[in-house]
Amino acid sequence: MAGALQDWKSQKKPFAAIASVPIFWLAIFFVAPMAIVWLYSFGQNAGPADIEISGTLENYKRATEWLYLSIFLKSLAVAALTTLICLIIGFPVAMAITFAAPKWRPWLLLGIMLPFWTNLLIRTYALMALMGTNGYMNKGLGGLWEGASWLRTLVGMQPLEAWTPVQLLYNNFAVVLGLVYVHLPFMVLPLYSALDRLDKSLIEASLDLGAGHFKTFMQIVVPLAAPGIVAGVMITLIPALGAYLTPDLMGGTDSQMIANVIERQFKRANDWPFGAALSFLLIYAMFILIALQSMKTSKTKEVR
Amino acid sequence: MTDTKAPIIQIRNVSKRFGKVTAVDNISLDILAGEFFVLLGPSGCGKTTLLRMIAGFEMPTEGQIIIDGQDMSLVPPNKRPVNMVFQSYAVFPHMNVTDNVGYGLRIAGVGKNEIKDRVAEALELVKLGGFEDRMPDQMSGGQRQRVALARSLVMRPKVLLLDEPLSALDAKLRAQMQFELSDLQDKVGITFVTVTHDQDEALSMASRVAVINKGEVAQLAAPSDLYEYPANRFVADFVGSVNIFEGKLTLDEPDKAAVDCPGLGKVYLNHGVTGPHGADVWVALRPEKIYLHVPGEGKAIRAAAQDAPDGHNLARGTIKGMSYLGDITLYEIQLEGGQIIRVSRPNLSRHDQEDFTWDDKVSMHWRADSPVVLLS
Repeated sequence: MAGALQDWKSQKKPFAAIASVPIFWLAIFFVAPMAIVWLYSFGQNAGPADIEISGTLENYKRATEWLYLSIFLKSLAVAALTTLICLIIGFPVAMAITFAAPKWRPWLLLGIMLPFWTNLLIRTYALMALMGTNGYMNKGLGGLWEGASWLRTLVGMQPLEAWTPVQLLYNNFAVVLGLVYVHLPFMVLPLYSALDRLDKSLIEASLDLGAGHFKTFMQIVVPLAAPGIVAGVMITLIPALGAYLTPDLMGGTDSQMIANVIERQFKRANDWPFGAALSFLLIYAMFILIALQSMKTSKTKEVR
Repeated sequence: MTDTKAPIIQIRNVSKRFGKVTAVDNISLDILAGEFFVLLGPSGCGKTTLLRMIAGFEMPTEGQIIIDGQDMSLVPPNKRPVNMVFQSYAVFPHMNVTDNVGYGLRIAGVGKNEIKDRVAEALELVKLGGFEDRMPDQMSGGQRQRVALARSLVMRPKVLLLDEPLSALDAKLRAQMQFELSDLQDKVGITFVTVTHDQDEALSMASRVAVINKGEVAQLAAPSDLYEYPANRFVADFVGSVNIFEGKLTLDEPDKAAVDCPGLGKVYLNHGVTGPHGADVWVALRPEKIYLHVPGEGKAIRAAAQDAPDGHNLARGTIKGMSYLGDITLYEIQLEGGQIIRVSRPNLSRHDQEDFTWDDKVSMHWRADSPVVLLS
């Protein structure tokens, strides 16, 4: 049986039997609905609940107008910034877990994964509670401010003005912070798995040959962790690009992302064809990212 | 070149503890410039920890390591005048051979042309000319090890450290590399410090060997001294194969000694052992130093009588096991007292005239300079 599976080209029947169920599943629940939405994107509203698929490109034309294109580009920028911050925070975290004593490692990994098991909505509201004008973050900052003010009076200087809470929520800062918070585990886990596989004696060999820690990091650790970095970036960038809940709850009027616009078309505007066109532009963008990644991977394989 | 016979590495009362485990226990030894020094011991004896402390990857809990006259206590690995060949070779997988070997020189900021020359020279030295553009995953284990060697040698270190350099190679290649390493060390004149658990490796390559047991130096000697004059039971047993019998010292004069071993018989030595009279001692007898004779004791008695008093250096037994190894045959013989003694015998001719086999009654004798008396 195992032999038959290994050589599926010559044993088509058992392979087809096993493959048919998932293929059927994919066809019914993924390909078919996506195809319908794809067709909608070439249609127009013919009534409150009717869509006439006329083959028009009007929706795509509208979707590439600057009004939408700018939101699209901004989403890309927000997602890219989120990914970059995740990478900068995630790399040291992943390294710390890799070099931690073996008995601590599972607990540290658990700490990274724990948020996964909590509902996204609850996590977002919890973060919002922290960041509100009366939240702990503002209270903490206020405490520091008052402490600084008190220190000034100690050395005979004028006290600072009274603390005014900072607006932390409902702006672009809040969106990026929220997205970083949500996506950090997606970055840390692939980085960890890449670093964990890295032979530690390579780092020692680099030190032994005279390189300092920074040079060793740049010349040995980063290049060898590259597959993990690419995986982490893709796995963070793509969901961040399509983020909906975080900008909706934590963003201000000017921080809506493309997914929020799409949602509005499907619901409030009841313009399914246009929403479909926007959706597919987003999907195409993600396809391009994935294609770029796989091209990069196959290239590095060729070099080797 | 530093003048030979001067210590290049001085290890002074070095201990290393990991929590409650003592890996290295108050070791002091000098490694001389230009020698091929081997740290030999069973796994977990602390030899690798000692090597890693010389390289700077571990810090001694106590004691001092001095390399070329300089205390290394506060010197990080990247600033030490030593280089290491790792057990896994640690060849950088994302760099080709040239970039691997030139890595240390690039870090040191050596000029491009000099790097090129020195890399070529190092590759020539390890016989890897023509492999410049290979990636590590296109090379065999033996070739990767040569890359690691070249990568260290190109730095012209005062001392080259090798961690189990041959353990990952197959038997044929290992034998070849043993010679090549000795040859290489001769050529470059750099002090080599090697860690191994393989006694053959140690005996064949080293100028001196430190046998390490439980974090302490059990004996430090030249290979032949280690084998012929082991200092204690551990060394006798770990280096080579040996028969050990408990006994009492009955005679000890400057030019002769005798030990009465209940398991073996009366053992006579043609030199003194300077042990307390009547003390409990152990007699070590190497399998190849025992002669086998066919039944009928006459020959054995006459042979033993040549350099020992009557009734000494003789034993009788029954062959209980044989293993034919090609060049020699190993016999396990049950003595009359019940103990097993191992005897090896070179297969000098294709068809053995005497043809010993299972359950044969045999006599044995050994020469008076063969047994070693061990006090611990």
